[in-house]
Amino acid sequence: MSNRAKLFLPVVFFLGMLGLLLYGLGRNPGEVPSALLNRALPAFSKPDLLDPARTVSVDDLRGGVFLVNVWATWCPPCHVEHPYLVEISGREPDVTFVGVNYKDDVEAARTFLAERGNPFKINIADVDGRLGVDLGVAGAPETFLIDATGTIRYKHVGVIDNRVWQETFVPLLAELR
Amino acid sequence: MIPELGNFALMLALGLALLQSALPLIGAANQNPTWMALGRPLSAGLFVFLLLGFGCLAYAFLHDDFSVAYVARNSNTALPVYYKFAAVWGAHEGSLLLWVLILASWGYAVSLFSQRLPLDIVARVLAVMGLITAGFLVFLLFTSNPFERLLLNTPREGTDLNPLLQDFGLTVHPPFLYMGYVGFSVAFAFAIAALLTGKLDAAWARWTRPWTNAAWAFLTIGIMLGSWWSYYELGWGGWWFWDPVENVSFMPWLVGTALIHSLAVTEKRGVFKSWTVLLALAAFSLSLLGAFIVRSGVITSVHAFAVDPERGMVLLALLLLIIGSSLLLYALRAPVVRGTATYGANSREVFLLLNNLLLVVSMATILLGTLFPLIHEAIYGEANRVSVGPPYFNAVFVPLMAILAFLLGASTFARWKKTSFAHLRQNLSLVLLASVALGVAVPLAVTGGVNPPIMLALALALWIVFGIAKDLWDKTAHRSPRLPALLGLGRSYFGMQLAHLGVAVLICGVCFTSHYSIEQDVRMSPGDELDVSGFTFRFDGVEEVPGPNYTAVRGTISVSRGGEPYMTMHPEKRTYHARGDVQTEADIDVGFFRDLFTALGDPRGDEAWVVRIHFKPFVFWIWFGALLMAGGGVLAVLDKRYRHRSIPATHPQTAAGAGAVGTAGVIQS
Repeated sequence: MSNRAKLFLPVVFFLGMLGLLLYGLGRNPGEVPSALLNRALPAFSKPDLLDPARTVSVDDLRGGVFLVNVWATWCPPCHVEHPYLVEISGREPDVTFVGVNYKDDVEAARTFLAERGNPFKINIADVDGRLGVDLGVAGAPETFLIDATGTIRYKHVGVIDNRVWQETFVPLLAELR
Repeated sequence: MIPELGNFALMLALGLALLQSALPLIGAANQNPTWMALGRPLSAGLFVFLLLGFGCLAYAFLHDDFSVAYVARNSNTALPVYYKFAAVWGAHEGSLLLWVLILASWGYAVSLFSQRLPLDIVARVLAVMGLITAGFLVFLLFTSNPFERLLLNTPREGTDLNPLLQDFGLTVHPPFLYMGYVGFSVAFAFAIAALLTGKLDAAWARWTRPWTNAAWAFLTIGIMLGSWWSYYELGWGGWWFWDPVENVSFMPWLVGTALIHSLAVTEKRGVFKSWTVLLALAAFSLSLLGAFIVRSGVITSVHAFAVDPERGMVLLALLLLIIGSSLLLYALRAPVVRGTATYGANSREVFLLLNNLLLVVSMATILLGTLFPLIHEAIYGEANRVSVGPPYFNAVFVPLMAILAFLLGASTFARWKKTSFAHLRQNLSLVLLASVALGVAVPLAVTGGVNPPIMLALALALWIVFGIAKDLWDKTAHRSPRLPALLGLGRSYFGMQLAHLGVAVLICGVCFTSHYSIEQDVRMSPGDELDVSGFTFRFDGVEEVPGPNYTAVRGTISVSRGGEPYMTMHPEKRTYHARGDVQTEADIDVGFFRDLFTALGDPRGDEAWVVRIHFKPFVFWIWFGALLMAGGGVLAVLDKRYRHRSIPATHPQTAAGAGAVGTAGVIQS
């Protein structure tokens, strides 16, 4: 490549990045990929975070409303969200809270739950991130609502705080029950 | 009435910004001094009207004017008054107004402190800054107007500022960060002016250096404040997460650091010219990219503002206009500003070139890691999303920085043009020996264990420190007495050494904290005691304490040392009334060599709580090191040569001209 042409590399690189960002704008990261919304939860079989000898599979998430929260100790928003999850999990007896510990250090995750309270009835250790990938997780935290037929009905990206919970989850849960 | 006045001020500011972007530039093209001179009064007017607009928004917050939608969403009558003021930049619209105000302030500062610059350069620089300001004002007024009213049903109470932001660190973090981001627009504008005129000489580099140093120092402090905030406010003692928004603030910093060094070479030796210009364009472009990523919601992050695709599109168009056209201009005009001097394969120039390469490669790896989820999704589809976490960033970034630290220590002794290896060996063998010996011996003696990462980090830090000490010694070796000779070395020189010392301090802080922290999270009932690193922590239970707009559960922890009472700590858990959010407030005893960190976890019945007690050695050094770096940048800005050298000797001074130079000197000192 001539020296002259090399000078155009920055602008070409920038335009490429701009195209990528344009693509990124075109989709809303908060929505479930259309491929997954209203589809069944993908099949999986993963060790239990707290009892690795036990396996959790998709069959354990049947016959009720499940709230699946994807979290990790390396994710600061998860730390922000955690106390609120602990609080609401006590308030919602007919929703089963499921934690998917995503690409995390298992030991750190156990300590985290032991110290700060465990809002989850079921804890899944997704060390290789395979389940997260199947769920279309872009980053933690993300939260899915699964209805009694095992269908994904909603996905929320980012922290669940009181406002998100009251405005989005409470009406949806009323609908799902 | 006041909000309408603010809105009107912003519209007038847009008009002035458009004039500022056109008239001086046309004047410069036609060599018309009257038109060129318009840049200065226009930038002053722009600054005044934006300040007025900002003041109107602050007035609406301080007077609880909930008819303004932005105030209603981000304030509350019970909010303490200083947080009402800080809430002005607590969300997207107001923080964008602050961004534009700071941009206009830098423009105004350039117009004040540029009395000795050729008028056509000033005209072009101010025009470029005017154009950027105009672009962001259009964005502000038409997609994100902070003065929009809720006239029909004005709420009686606001929904309060996000509790995470109700904190001193976060009230000062954005202004510093924006001062840094936006400050790089000055170097950007200088670079555009150089490309337009084809004039890029030592004088150009000398004008650009103090502005770049100042912006860089602000950005350093802004990033440091963000890190400090996450340390004490998120309640678990972490200080850096490689979160996308942290990354986008770090990328301009890395490129800005490269720019500072490359400008030095361009000024002293007249080489790296087109590279310097590219870095100046890149530093501000990365700041703009950061603004886009934070405000468009394109990448998920804890800091992200409310997502709005329309805003994203307008910002993307601005990016295309500002960055795209400047890089195109670079591609077309860069051959005009090529350097002609030569340098040897072992010279200070080469050391600084390697410094630049390492910094830019670090930036590129962080950019790749930040955008990778998006790239992956674009190729493999929405159902195949990935995320990139700290393991990637640590694995690529830490080795690059280790090499950089090694080169830093050596480069002080490299001479311009050509250095012999014998010269380096002669100067550095003792420094190398001492730093490796102490780097290995001290951790071994203190902890009794072999810990290679710690030893490497300490050796690198000492390598830098001993290098600085030796250089100071050598530079005064032939003078007597030494002290006046030392003080005569100049603020630029001390600025450099101080910033480099900051790097050494930061390395120690990061490594020692990561390896030697003790983190205990235990269930404690009132009366329970825990021993951590020579301190005894006794949990004395919790009580409920009302705050202005929250209710806190406040714990009491009595700390004693060797049986003697040492202090009482009060970590809190606050529930904010308006939003119902829970916020952890850690209590930290800050020390130079160690922090004691306590935070409340969750209640466990029977008055028992999970209590987090951390002993964090040298964590203060992380922020102290960053402060030293920023201090170095400030010292370099204050160097005399930026004030005196340029009083034009060839032009006979008119009374007005002499007055202007005098004013500039007074303001700068």
